[in-house]
Amino acid sequence: MESSSVLPKIWQNLVDARLDSDEKALAWFEPDLDAHLHYQQALLVLTPRRLILFQSKSADCQSWSVGPDIHLTASERGSVGTLELLGPAGRISVWRFTIGHASAARMLADRLDAAQTGRTAHATSICPSCGALMPAAAIKCPACSPNAEAGSLASLLRLVGFARPHLKMILVSGALTIATTAAALVPPYLTIPLLDQVLIPYQAGKAADFNIVYWCLGGLLLSAILGWLLGWASSYASAWVSERISADLRQRTYSHLQRLSLEFFGGKRTGDLLSRISTDTDRLCNFLSGYLIDFVKDVLMIVMTAAILFYLDPMLALAALLPFPIIVWLVHWIRGRMFRHYTRSSVAWADMISVLADTIPGIRVVKAFAQEQREIDRFNLTNQRVIASNDRVNRMWSFLGPVITLLTTIGLLVIWAFAAYRVHQHSITVGILTAFIAYIASFYARSESLLGMFSNVQRAAASAARIFEILDRVPSVPEPTDPVAPGRLQGAIELAGVRFKYGPREVIHGIDLEIRPGEMIGLVGPSGAGKSTLINLMCRFFDVAQGAIRVDGIDIRTFPIEAYRKNIGIVLQEPFLFYGTVAENISYGKPGATRQEIVAAARAARAHEFILKLADGYDSLVGERGQSLSGGERQRISIARALLIDPRILILDEATSSVDTETERDIQAALDVLIKGRTTIAIAHRLSTLRRADRIVVIDNGRIVETGTHHELLRLRGKYAQLHRAQIEMVQGHAV
Amino acid sequence: MNTNGELQNPLLTLLHDELGRLIFVDESGQQHAEVEAIRAFPITDPDNGISIVTKEGKELAWVANLQTVAEPARGLLEGTLHQRQFMPIIRRVLRISRTVEPSEWEVETDRGPTRFPLKSDEDVRRLADHRALIFDAHGVRYLIPDLQNLDPGSQRLLERYL
Repeated sequence: MESSSVLPKIWQNLVDARLDSDEKALAWFEPDLDAHLHYQQALLVLTPRRLILFQSKSADCQSWSVGPDIHLTASERGSVGTLELLGPAGRISVWRFTIGHASAARMLADRLDAAQTGRTAHATSICPSCGALMPAAAIKCPACSPNAEAGSLASLLRLVGFARPHLKMILVSGALTIATTAAALVPPYLTIPLLDQVLIPYQAGKAADFNIVYWCLGGLLLSAILGWLLGWASSYASAWVSERISADLRQRTYSHLQRLSLEFFGGKRTGDLLSRISTDTDRLCNFLSGYLIDFVKDVLMIVMTAAILFYLDPMLALAALLPFPIIVWLVHWIRGRMFRHYTRSSVAWADMISVLADTIPGIRVVKAFAQEQREIDRFNLTNQRVIASNDRVNRMWSFLGPVITLLTTIGLLVIWAFAAYRVHQHSITVGILTAFIAYIASFYARSESLLGMFSNVQRAAASAARIFEILDRVPSVPEPTDPVAPGRLQGAIELAGVRFKYGPREVIHGIDLEIRPGEMIGLVGPSGAGKSTLINLMCRFFDVAQGAIRVDGIDIRTFPIEAYRKNIGIVLQEPFLFYGTVAENISYGKPGATRQEIVAAARAARAHEFILKLADGYDSLVGERGQSLSGGERQRISIARALLIDPRILILDEATSSVDTETERDIQAALDVLIKGRTTIAIAHRLSTLRRADRIVVIDNGRIVETGTHHELLRLRGKYAQLHRAQIEMVQGHAV
Repeated sequence: MNTNGELQNPLLTLLHDELGRLIFVDESGQQHAEVEAIRAFPITDPDNGISIVTKEGKELAWVANLQTVAEPARGLLEGTLHQRQFMPIIRRVLRISRTVEPSEWEVETDRGPTRFPLKSDEDVRRLADHRALIFDAHGVRYLIPDLQNLDPGSQRLLERYL
């Protein structure tokens, strides 16, 4: 990979001047602290030949030639890091930097290492908070850092892509909307002849043709019916389209979500993800079906009305539209303040909801510590805040309506005055005047609702942005471009120089391990040592940053992910049962399994007999809202689930650590059946569960520290012996 | 995979004691008193997969298919299964008292008309293949084998629960 980022401008000229014509910067980094930890400006550049240090204040620079026995090591403590240049005789130089430059420093060290050994440097890393793939030199994950464009109209426009499949229906709905609007403009026009040719002449004592009345009334009725039918059709058409667009969006987001890496789902994102898929898509649907069509209607109406007004009488139209800009400005100003109040009230509302979300799941603790009154008070406090903020909104809101009415009335007053003068001058007829008044009233009503639209547009844009944020995330485990079908694997696993990074932090520092088919390996080590990461890498939940994992001699990155994972069975510490029957849960990994297979798997997992005791045997509903099972029972169902897919590689992630010793024995018996003939990798805190392991691998700080059988490791008196002793002491302590 | 073939035994020997309780005789001739017969799939496949277990729940024999069992064991087995299993099949829903919980249901089942209280809406559960299961407030289960085959009136009443 070439230097992923460009040199900062201030250094560019300096560096260009110093480098030889054939010399190219491999990597650079800014040690921004001096020896006394004061801020400074400096730049360290690595080229294939040397390491050059530029200092901002002086034009001269220091340089060190890069030989085979020259090394760079980067380390961080707290918020300060150091990069040391080491030679055969000891430390040559040291640079200090703030933690933000850590990954650039490590990158520099890696590049030097890579240049010397001919290896490729770590190209990528995984964001520790969202699991997105990020370039190693990047300090901030591009996927996590807040999107500056969030809420902008650009994200709404991206919906066009989703609208394309329904283009025909959209055109129909658009045509219907235009027709509806036009139909609504007919009635005032028909009143003109009614007044001018019939009513007014008749009142003046002249003969009038009453046939026109029938025509006009018929026309009015017809346009009303037409408007009703067209309105119905256009509303339905737009609702039809928007329902499909938002369903597409939901479906696409959910399928994309399923492909994202595990890390993305870590932490407290569940609620957020749920609301993005459900609430945000629904909000968009409402916007598209309701507000957007209203918006289009309003715009059409305003344009058409204005056109008719100018057609009827340009002078009067000009006078009538004069107060319009003032009203627009006033309404806009008030809405701006309203928007602020709205935001504040929705924050207060969210506070209240979070009190609920906090205490209802924790109700046992609340009751156990008799804190009901305190929680009631806490809720009351947030509830009061909701009242206060809503009061502000209501004050504004109740003020706004009458103000607009007042302004509209004043606008009408101006028209009346001016029109009366025009009628007096015989420039227009009374019929035109009435039509005018009718048009202008609807004109002002429309412009008001148009202004109300802006906050809706903003809200819909924010929703769209939140959805596209998920859709834009690239899965960190890419499908191979040239896949090799794994078929049924033998289960020989080879880890060769495996390294892995979370952000700038490397957590697996080069692990080499060969596992024979059918061998059982126990992974032991303190928490945070990298055991789970190693398993995640073997399952290909992530990809290695460097090195390779080979199964049966083939790099696992060349297998299609799904086909590869079909060869892997996993039993987790907290077995998860989906809402459904026991049989459905057991056959989760193999939906087509026969009942005989399911029963056989359950038997082997020692689950058969307790399942028979359930009210409906294998048809009993379990999972959320289902019958409650004990931890050991759930675990045995999950073992049956793993057994049924008959995996070649089996991963036991603390499978027995959350159950009591009695149940552990049952589960252990079930596991013994399960591991037979399969390559098994088991993580365990309780070392006793690893008694059947062929080899135990002790991991600490992302490295293998010891390997051997239980007895070999005990004799070694190293890390494992230490862990073992600690556990025996704990058990004895319990016994006392 | 281990299918435990040794437990599949169509030549099942079953007796009953004077109180009508089942006695199972295993291959070595040993008698096990007070055994129970349990359907493994009472809803999805009631006639296949029947387990003979001791009072403690330990499995003694597995009957893959009831049809393969010879008489008189089959009759005995069917008799006890019939006694053990109580899951009325709802043919029609006549009335649901009110829409707030708890509600009172009036239904017609294969065992005659009955009424039962329903504690919460969540006790009406939709299963795969248009089946539904209803748990009344006492824990009795009612089965609707095919929602689509119900009469329109019943379907309308059930609409809001499913």
